[in-house]
Amino acid sequence: MSSTTAPIYGLILAGGASSRMRRDKAVLVYQGRNQLDRAFELVKRHVTDVFVSVREGQMTEPTRAQKPLIVDSVGGGGPIVGIRSALAAYPDVAWLVVACDLPFLSDAALEQLLGERDPRVLATAYTSAHDGLPEPLCAIWEPAAAAALAAYQSNGGQCPRKFLSAHSVLLLEPRDRHALDNINTPEEYQQAMDALDSNAPANSMQLKIQYFALMREQAGRSEETLETSAATPAELFSELNARYGFTLPREQLKVAVNSEFADWSRRLSAGDAVVFIPPVAGG
Amino acid sequence: MRFRFTDAAIDTEAARRELLDRGAGGYVSFEGWVRDHNEGQEVTRLEYEAFQALALKEGDRILAEALQRFPIKHALCIHRVGSLDLTDMAVWVGVSAAHRGEAFDACRFIIDEVKHRVPIWKKEHYRSGDSGWVNCERCAAAPRHAHGHDHGHDHAHEPLEHSVLPE
Repeated sequence: MSSTTAPIYGLILAGGASSRMRRDKAVLVYQGRNQLDRAFELVKRHVTDVFVSVREGQMTEPTRAQKPLIVDSVGGGGPIVGIRSALAAYPDVAWLVVACDLPFLSDAALEQLLGERDPRVLATAYTSAHDGLPEPLCAIWEPAAAAALAAYQSNGGQCPRKFLSAHSVLLLEPRDRHALDNINTPEEYQQAMDALDSNAPANSMQLKIQYFALMREQAGRSEETLETSAATPAELFSELNARYGFTLPREQLKVAVNSEFADWSRRLSAGDAVVFIPPVAGG
Repeated sequence: MRFRFTDAAIDTEAARRELLDRGAGGYVSFEGWVRDHNEGQEVTRLEYEAFQALALKEGDRILAEALQRFPIKHALCIHRVGSLDLTDMAVWVGVSAAHRGEAFDACRFIIDEVKHRVPIWKKEHYRSGDSGWVNCERCAAAPRHAHGHDHGHDHAHEPLEHSVLPE
């Protein structure tokens, strides 16, 4: 790096309203630690100075209050406000900006970003593995971005992805496709928890299956423990259907995981208890 | 007051007492009984089976919804499991309220939701010696009568018209 290259500080974005999650995303817990702490510690392993971006009303929220904060100092909405506020607070610093809701974000992903950074452009960012668009919330924003962001916002711009698409930036392919998967709904949160909590290798785990009514009669048992590579209830049903030849098609069944209704596409974890629920007939 | 199961005869008098309330002007109950015919078949007895861990939660959710939707005092539902004979009571719902209208409405709401949402199954035994799981056998034979998912409840199965109980 040349002598003109700005030092990098870390910025954890935790100011979002989490409207789809219906609760504060920063305090969601994975593996015993909340998202904000996990993101903070991860970034802290790569840069010395790390701050948490907050709205004014969030300064006293306990998870945030114990960390160095950068409070929004410019108007407007969305993550651009947090990035601009950090650039304004330390005008000679580049920011490694990371959203707090990326539970799969890894050291390797940050190393790649920092290693391939180009300080001559406005930002170094990943392209999304899902849609190829730039990912502004795991990116390095250079000091020069401050003026361009201000201009973009004053012209009514709000979306940092669109900003990156329209400006001179370096875009990288993430080596780990899932490192930037983010979490916006309670269902996605559950799936992420399950995936992170699962110690077993992803291609084989033990599940407990209970059978009731017609399913019990056709399986010839009321429960079994199964070593399986099925990642979802849908895959598990296919596997068991091949073995037992259930007469009910999957479309007429519901599924429960750990005694609660679940999606067929939910990610299963080792030890999960699965029940296929045929059409009910109480009363 | 929690949704519950019993494998013995439902004690309706004890259940009714749980609903007593000084602010209640009355109480409505529904009893579902085992009848002797269904879909042209002569029924001799029934077997009820439940996935209790989930059924208790879903049953409680229905009672909570009833208390939220209707201005009632108390609501309770008890469901029988095991083998039942003709005229046995399979399910009991009771609701107390200040006024009769809400009590009737809430009682109807609870029994309807329980039938559609709670993971309970019944197997009919017929005079012919045959038997079948209600709502399961006909779907399996004719998948085009698939259960819709437009009932308005995430977990509801669209009911088919062959309950052995009075609707």
